[in-house]
Amino acid sequence: MSAVIPLLETRMLNVRFGGVHATRDVNFSLAEAELRCVIGPNGAGKSTFFKLLTGQTKPSSGQILFRGQDISNMQPHEPGRLGIGIKTQVPSLFNGLSVWENVWLSARRTNSNQQAERITRDTLERVGMLAYKDNLAGLLAHGLRQWVEIAVVIAADPPLILLDEPAAGMSDAEVARTAELILEINRQHALVVVEHDMNFIRMIAKKVTVLHQGAILREDTPDRIMSDPLVQQIYLGKKSH
Amino acid sequence: MDLAAVVLIQVLYAVASLVIVSAGLAVIFGMMKVINLAHGEFMMLGAYATITAHGLGLNLWLAMFIVAPVAVGLIGVVLERLVIRRLYGRMVDTMLATWGLSLLLVGVVTSIAGNTTAGVSAPLGSFRIGAYSVSGYTLVIIAVAVVLAFAIRWVLLRTSWGLIARGTMQKPEMADALGISPSRVYSVTFAVGAALSGLAGALLAPLTGVVPTMGGAFIAKAFITVIGGGPAILAGLVSASSLFGAINQVATFVTTPVFGEVALLFAAIVMLRLLPQGITGRFFKGSL
Amino acid sequence: MKRGVVKFASSWQSAALTLAIGVALLFLLPGLVDDFTLIQLTIYAVMAILGVSLGFIWGFGGILCFGQAAFFGLGSYTYAIAVINMGDSTVPFLLAIVVPALFAAVLGYVIFYGRLSDVYMGVITLTVTLILFNLINSTAGPEWKIGTAPLGGFNGIPGIPTLNMPGNVDEVLSQQSMFSIAMVCLLLVYAGLRWLIASKIGRVIVAAKENEQRVLLLGYDARAYKLGCFTLGGAIAGLAGCLFANWGAFTSPTIFGLAMSAQIIIWVIVGGLGTLVGPVVGCVAIQWLTTTIGTQQTFNSNLVLGAILVVFVLLVPRGIVPSLGDVIEAAWRRRKPQADSAIAAPLQQTENAR
Repeated sequence: MSAVIPLLETRMLNVRFGGVHATRDVNFSLAEAELRCVIGPNGAGKSTFFKLLTGQTKPSSGQILFRGQDISNMQPHEPGRLGIGIKTQVPSLFNGLSVWENVWLSARRTNSNQQAERITRDTLERVGMLAYKDNLAGLLAHGLRQWVEIAVVIAADPPLILLDEPAAGMSDAEVARTAELILEINRQHALVVVEHDMNFIRMIAKKVTVLHQGAILREDTPDRIMSDPLVQQIYLGKKSH
Repeated sequence: MDLAAVVLIQVLYAVASLVIVSAGLAVIFGMMKVINLAHGEFMMLGAYATITAHGLGLNLWLAMFIVAPVAVGLIGVVLERLVIRRLYGRMVDTMLATWGLSLLLVGVVTSIAGNTTAGVSAPLGSFRIGAYSVSGYTLVIIAVAVVLAFAIRWVLLRTSWGLIARGTMQKPEMADALGISPSRVYSVTFAVGAALSGLAGALLAPLTGVVPTMGGAFIAKAFITVIGGGPAILAGLVSASSLFGAINQVATFVTTPVFGEVALLFAAIVMLRLLPQGITGRFFKGSL
Repeated sequence: MKRGVVKFASSWQSAALTLAIGVALLFLLPGLVDDFTLIQLTIYAVMAILGVSLGFIWGFGGILCFGQAAFFGLGSYTYAIAVINMGDSTVPFLLAIVVPALFAAVLGYVIFYGRLSDVYMGVITLTVTLILFNLINSTAGPEWKIGTAPLGGFNGIPGIPTLNMPGNVDEVLSQQSMFSIAMVCLLLVYAGLRWLIASKIGRVIVAAKENEQRVLLLGYDARAYKLGCFTLGGAIAGLAGCLFANWGAFTSPTIFGLAMSAQIIIWVIVGGLGTLVGPVVGCVAIQWLTTTIGTQQTFNSNLVLGAILVVFVLLVPRGIVPSLGDVIEAAWRRRKPQADSAIAAPLQQTENAR
């Protein structure tokens, strides 16, 4: 029986910085439209893993495959072209441009002007930011900037979306809204969410990958992960956030 | 054999000239990340200070080694207070403002001293190596460059001022917390850099005509040497000067002085393409 | 919240207004002023094209080129050499645009595809302009020629045949026509750039200046966009160079010099970075000032230009045109405070939410 090609896959992925073995033999697999959370304590290698997936860091060995295609050595603009939408930890927006233009630029790359205008409007409405369309992105509050960035990413309609700490710096109400948003996006897009806020993870995740010292420790549902003694131990007995 | 000696001296001289010409800019850029495009004009001021003092009867060496650096150092303090201080952190704006200053200084000196070329002849005459004649002043330049390099190293490593300066450059807030005023340190550093530029101009006065626009010939080379050298002040200065100076001189021998200049510039472009952070961005990392 | 003046400035209405003014000047000025003034205005127009080329790549593309004069010089020398060799001016005119553009493309490739930063861009463009200056300056001997055209070294190339009607070598330009051609080129360049900036390509170029990382993440190859922007800037500067050679029937290596590059930068800073009209205003203002200063003895032109540059960088960093825009905006707001309060409210909310 032939296996379905995973949307995203890493095979024996390793990266070393000098003496630090930041990512160890990681075999990761994500199906189409799957939502996966990647967690781990500080220093576990979450950021490094994220940067490997986005192409910001090149692997020392191993492969990264997107729909079967090797993407281990991409130019910085290629993930976006292939259909990987990326939201970085620190919101990366066009601060001097309006919210509308930020999203429009994303939609316009593969659509005509008319289509892009329509997509921009729809996307802003989806994330609830249409009222702010003429505001300069740089002047918005942090939580709103995160949502604008999510809008920017989904406007390009990428099959895979990588989010680095989308709930960081948000109030409880904003976190809940973001969780809703992510679940809604998940109906048509796959997502990999790197996070350390366990409450947030419980709101969205069906499957969680736990990283520890660069390697995958466990992959399971949130409940089983949280009650796993080894996972609790690596978090040094800390509570869920 | 004689030819080899003369060629060697010429190469060393080319390297030494670059070191001397670029030292002031290297200190200011390396310590403060300020690109001072008025550097050539500081040199010009040093040259004028020297020939003025010498014209008034002062011994040439004193004029060169004392009057020029002090005069230009003071001018540096004033300019830092008035202009540079307001633009820290804005690299492009400092480039533009210092370019404006360079035009301004040329204009002021032209108004005062006129456009004619002044000068002073090179002291120390020449001596012979076999069939060739070498200017004694050439050796002075080489010697000064060596002493200068060691002096910079000594000041930065072994004096408390050097330590304070290096610390402030890395973390001004810490210096503040320790009771050291960062703006004071910046002033002094800029003044020292300016003084070095003034000294360079003074040293070169006997070799080039002293005219208000003389700075323009040096700014590009100094700029390139400093950027090419990379973040480490001294190691960068010495390594870049050696590389570019040698290429310049060898190319000049093989072709013409014009092509020697072109070769230097071209080498800089190639080198920066290969080592965008400069030489000490890759090699000799972490050195002074 | 896009303020009124800024919004207007990027609308097609402002472009139309500016073009209308330009066309009016094109037709009215020759009748209003004497020939000598017309010659002056022509060189202002030519230099304005050069200023706009830098204003475009710097203000919209974020590319600070210290050697825009290099493309200007290449354009003028290419035209001179080609027209002396060929006689008819049609091909030389085109070459004068293409050669600098190619040069810019090669240089741009090295810089943008090598991922070199702003500072290095400055060094390299500075260096290149010096190389060209040094090379051409030393070509004085009679052995230095391309085809039948002597390069002339520091003497330059005198007696350059001016543009003729394509195909008819004997029909050359009058002073009036020279002015008209310069103005038409300026207006076409302005219109073309305004259109480009409003298009998708233009928006990406501006976005790449804002945040290159985000533009890359969206899938746009920022390097290619920058390269295109820089090349276009080189082409426009080359056009200006060609017109310059026609204006004085003369060209020389000084136009490759640092002084020339400095001037262009000063025009843009004084006039206003981030606009296309700004460089035109700055250029005309500074050129006029330089000519006026040149006629008296008290103040040296370097001194004045240097002082202006320093003052502007420190006190009026945005330049004349944007600052005027701010003044107009402030005055407008004072007269109509209510219209904005409803729109300002969400912004207040978001600022309070921080």
